[in-house]
Amino acid sequence: MREPLVRINGLTIDFDTGQSNVRALHGFDLQIEKGEAVGIVGESGSGKSITWLGALGLLGPRARVAGSVRLDGREILGLGEREMAAIRGKRVAMIFQDPTSSLNPVHRIGRQLVESLVLHRGMSARSASAEARRLLERVQIAAAAQRLSEYPHELSGGMNQRVMIAMALAGEPDLLIADEPTTALDVTIQAQILEVLKEMRRETGMGLVIISHDLGIVAELADRVVVMYAGRPVETAPVSRIFDAPRHPYTRGLLAALPEIDGALERLVAIPGQVPEPHKLPPGCPFAPRCAQANANVCDETVPTMRAIAQDHAAACALIHTAKPEALRSLELA
Amino acid sequence: MLAYIATRVGRAIFTISLVLTFSFTILAATGDPALLIMSVDAPPEAIEAFRERYGLDASVWQQYIGYLGNLLQGNFGQSLRDGRDAWDVVVERIPLTLALTVPAFLLKIGIGIPAGIYAALHRNSFLDRLVMMISVAGYTVPSFVLGLILILVFAVNLGVLPSGGQDTWRHAILPIVTLGTAGAAIIARYTRSAMLEVLGQPYIRTARAKGVPWPKAVRRHALPNAAIPTLTVVGLMVGSLIAGAVVVESVFSWPGVGRLLISAVANRDLMIVQAILLLVAVCMVTSNLLVDIAYGLIDPRLRGRSGSRKT
Ligand SMILES: Nc1ncnc2c1ncn2[C@@H]1O[C@H](COP(=O)(O)OP(=O)(O)OP(=O)(O)O)[C@@H](O)[C@H]1O
Ligand code: SF4
Ligand SMILES: [Mg+2]
Repeated sequence: MREPLVRINGLTIDFDTGQSNVRALHGFDLQIEKGEAVGIVGESGSGKSITWLGALGLLGPRARVAGSVRLDGREILGLGEREMAAIRGKRVAMIFQDPTSSLNPVHRIGRQLVESLVLHRGMSARSASAEARRLLERVQIAAAAQRLSEYPHELSGGMNQRVMIAMALAGEPDLLIADEPTTALDVTIQAQILEVLKEMRRETGMGLVIISHDLGIVAELADRVVVMYAGRPVETAPVSRIFDAPRHPYTRGLLAALPEIDGALERLVAIPGQVPEPHKLPPGCPFAPRCAQANANVCDETVPTMRAIAQDHAAACALIHTAKPEALRSLELA
Repeated sequence: MLAYIATRVGRAIFTISLVLTFSFTILAATGDPALLIMSVDAPPEAIEAFRERYGLDASVWQQYIGYLGNLLQGNFGQSLRDGRDAWDVVVERIPLTLALTVPAFLLKIGIGIPAGIYAALHRNSFLDRLVMMISVAGYTVPSFVLGLILILVFAVNLGVLPSGGQDTWRHAILPIVTLGTAGAAIIARYTRSAMLEVLGQPYIRTARAKGVPWPKAVRRHALPNAAIPTLTVVGLMVGSLIAGAVVVESVFSWPGVGRLLISAVANRDLMIVQAILLLVAVCMVTSNLLVDIAYGLIDPRLRGRSGSRKT
């Protein structure tokens, strides 16, 4: 069997808060094929960011990351700082939510790009600076040569996010992790950044993990979606299936909260309540306190695990699996 | 950048003129130096002559204008005590003070900055806690207390170092250590918190995410940025090189500028006090100016939108 680009198994993350130990990620599994785009969706606090920061060893010393993260079949969890540094930016790049504070305020844009090029492409400073300019042009930054000698505070947020993307491209990575790349930006700029991401994927064929709390954004870029809740995946399926046949009540809640794309004045039905904090999880299904379908007998007993519903489609809800076949069918038709 | 520097220089000059006016006013208002200097039963003619000689019979305003005029000519007036040129009296003390404050300054930087960086990089480790404990002690204990403790231990009990005076280099050791300890403690705390602040910034995460190994990320992305807040305290210490040892000089009977200031104030030796205050103000303002310029060089955000190389 061919190894996928990334294979994550049983990834857990605990935070040592001094007095106690809190588990914030409770076992995360995912495979990403070369060139595939996977969306990670969930409300704030569901564990989207820490999953990937943890996988790349970017959480602080208080985080304990366990399980397995394989890159081309090679285990990278627990590698030393030098070996990890060689993977970061080169094999797997990451961009973040707030582009302006994600760039070093006292280094010129050019210098920050050149740093990546020298690190990963072994370029001389001279050829790196020519390449830096080309990178900026690739992400459609106007007056690229001039931008190289400017500082992040002189650029807009959207522009800085383009710089971040250019910097990520510098290492020609196989996978780009984009952690809410548009959340901090205006709506029109959001669309432009998503366009740049799409374009870069077409050009380079790199894989993408797009993290967002917005299913709409994920749908634009991803082939497949993982819905996360309270530090667990709760449903995964191809994008079309998530929209057409969502099975987990939480996924349905997220979909109901989406504004209609055709502009109809659909009422936004946000799910009442919020994601429980890691140290205050309910005993059974973590979604139970907010779930309209919750059934005290089943849902409060054990934490439901991810089980296959169909090819490429799995969910973690006790009701789906205990339901009788007829009930299941009617659910599917719904 | 030029506009930035020009504004800072203008502000510095303004501050100095404020200090001048203020100190002159305060001291002029504290009493008639002639009555203090001359003995109580001096004949009125003698007092008159004294006043005339030192320009004390003119109005305060005229004295002020005359004083400013003299300053511009480098004339700081004469000591009311012995008639010597006030500036000469002050200047001859400066090397003595610098002999304490410069080594103490190097000690503060040499210990404070590395200790602060280490503590931040090993946050909550045993050594971090130790460094911070020593640092709290170092800056809560007043320097005269620390000075007295050191005298007790090293001069009185162990008898290995002299307790006061300035005859040999060994006399300088205790005052330097006393001065350096509190400063090192302050610098360590500032450096630590500046480093912690910077290490928590998103751009440090970016640096690591793009593959910069940790030690290099610290050197290239954290240290220069953390230097900005640390510069503020270091600048203050540079500014106090000349007058920052008043207490310690008294404790260790070290005849520097600080002790001169104390005796001049006690004697109402107006010209000496003014010369020292002016010197101190100029040092403070200059070091502030240098810090501001250094800020501008390190942090492009302060230079305003048009960076030095643009347009
Ligand atoms: N350094 C940390 N120490 C302790 N707990 C943490 C730490 N970082 C994250 N957590 C906890 O882990 C949980 C998941 O955080 P994470 O940042 O992954 O959420 P997220 O899904 O990315 O949310 P958002 O949409 O707000 O970015 C949160 O409940 C958070 O409180
Ligand atoms: S297990 Fe129960 S509470 Fe949890 S999502 Fe399913 S129905 Fe809701
Ligand atoms: Mg996040």
